[in-house]
Amino acid sequence: MAHYELNMPVTEEQVRQLRINDTVTLHQTLYGIRDATQIHMFDHGRKTRFDLKGHAVIHTAPNVKWVGETKEHPSGYAPICIGTTTSARMERFTRPLMEQYGVRIVIGKGGLFAASAKAFSDLGGVYLAIIGGTAALETTWIEQIEEVDLDDLNPESLWKFRIKGFGPLLVAMDSHGGSLYTAVNSAAKDRRAGVLAALGVKS
Amino acid sequence: MKVDLNQVEEACRELYIRALKMLPPDIKQGFRRLDSSETNATGKAILGTMIRNIAVAEDTNNLLCQDTGIPIYNVTIGSNVIVDGYALKQAIVKGCARATKEHPLRSSVVHPTTRKNEHTSCGRHVPVINIDFVPAADILAIEMIPKGSGSENNSWLKMAIPADGIDAIKTFVVDCVLEAGGKSCPPVIVGVGVGGTADLCVHLSKVAATRPLGSVCADPEGAKLEAELSAVVNQLGVGAQGLGGDSTAFAVHVETAATHITMNPVAVNMQCHSARRARATFTPQGVGYGY
Repeated sequence: MAHYELNMPVTEEQVRQLRINDTVTLHQTLYGIRDATQIHMFDHGRKTRFDLKGHAVIHTAPNVKWVGETKEHPSGYAPICIGTTTSARMERFTRPLMEQYGVRIVIGKGGLFAASAKAFSDLGGVYLAIIGGTAALETTWIEQIEEVDLDDLNPESLWKFRIKGFGPLLVAMDSHGGSLYTAVNSAAKDRRAGVLAALGVKS
Repeated sequence: MKVDLNQVEEACRELYIRALKMLPPDIKQGFRRLDSSETNATGKAILGTMIRNIAVAEDTNNLLCQDTGIPIYNVTIGSNVIVDGYALKQAIVKGCARATKEHPLRSSVVHPTTRKNEHTSCGRHVPVINIDFVPAADILAIEMIPKGSGSENNSWLKMAIPADGIDAIKTFVVDCVLEAGGKSCPPVIVGVGVGGTADLCVHLSKVAATRPLGSVCADPEGAKLEAELSAVVNQLGVGAQGLGGDSTAFAVHVETAATHITMNPVAVNMQCHSARRARATFTPQGVGYGY
């Protein structure tokens, strides 16, 4: 179990060195993306002007306040509370994000499934687990909302955050087929019969 | 007691913001209990981060979680209270919308087919308003629950049959916990509705999921069932955030209702670890805030 400090964007080689149970802290840039953002990008054919190559995206829709564009808030938005949503709903977007935009890191909570694991393996990517429901803490890792695109989808716009010390995050799915979720779910299913027996359920 | 609806509107604004920022003491106590018994290193680290987040939210006067949820207002009206019920509902909606605009909060509420967001946290039938009555009291209580989607998306109803018995209920609860995995942001409160009609059964599961930790089902049979399920649920090893360990759930809560001779319904609704709620109580002495 190693710890990595990564300045974004990263190369395929950097991502492939990460293994499950490693920890990672990100620096410089992070993009926020969510259900509607990806539905519009991949189902409705919309494009973003952002270059996501080698970057990390986090499954989020933040609480923000419109303050007008200033040097401190170049996007016009001040962050209020930025946290992470459940990734499972966005499973089918992992591969197009990687193939069409070159995304290398997906950050979320609750994990992704087999299709994403295959994309990480084929194309060189990882899933980093953040602790869901700890947005107050996460917000302190964000310096600024630099830019925003597809803002008609607000709050599910595509957000560009400037970050400092974003983490530590846990490598929960790697590019070598490793997934902490698969391991935990499989072990939990193995315990099902014992738990039902303890409840007196007749099989 | 006559209710001042301006006060209600103001309180409903305040309650939404308070609920999002301050976790109830029973949930904090629940975290301490799980943290002291967690044996898995990853689970222990995750609980530590969650506990730290509660302190950061308080220190920075920020929201605990970015998910402002679907707003729910549970209203209890004492029989000595005089109030225009329609105007009361309007005051609740106005308070909810004002909290969203004035704080501001992310409006997480959209039309179900157009996905249009009015940026008020309100829409058709939202906020959800539940009204109940209590006898002989000069009291109006409003409980506010911002129900997060990560946990709400993990909701199930099974119309089991009488021949399946209570075993069907227990098996269904265990399978729902396994199906939810890390998606419902564990440690969770597993809310179980047993009996009633289909809609009542689902409603009861929500009542159970949002009950304070340490509270007990008023029906002794429900209390027995929730104690049995609570005792074993953490043996599944799903763990905090679905990453393994002993902290899958703070507790399993059960609520029951009478049902039809041909029916055996069971519903499960999850509440995430950010088990937020806030309460305002109106009495002749004024408004008091709590959980």
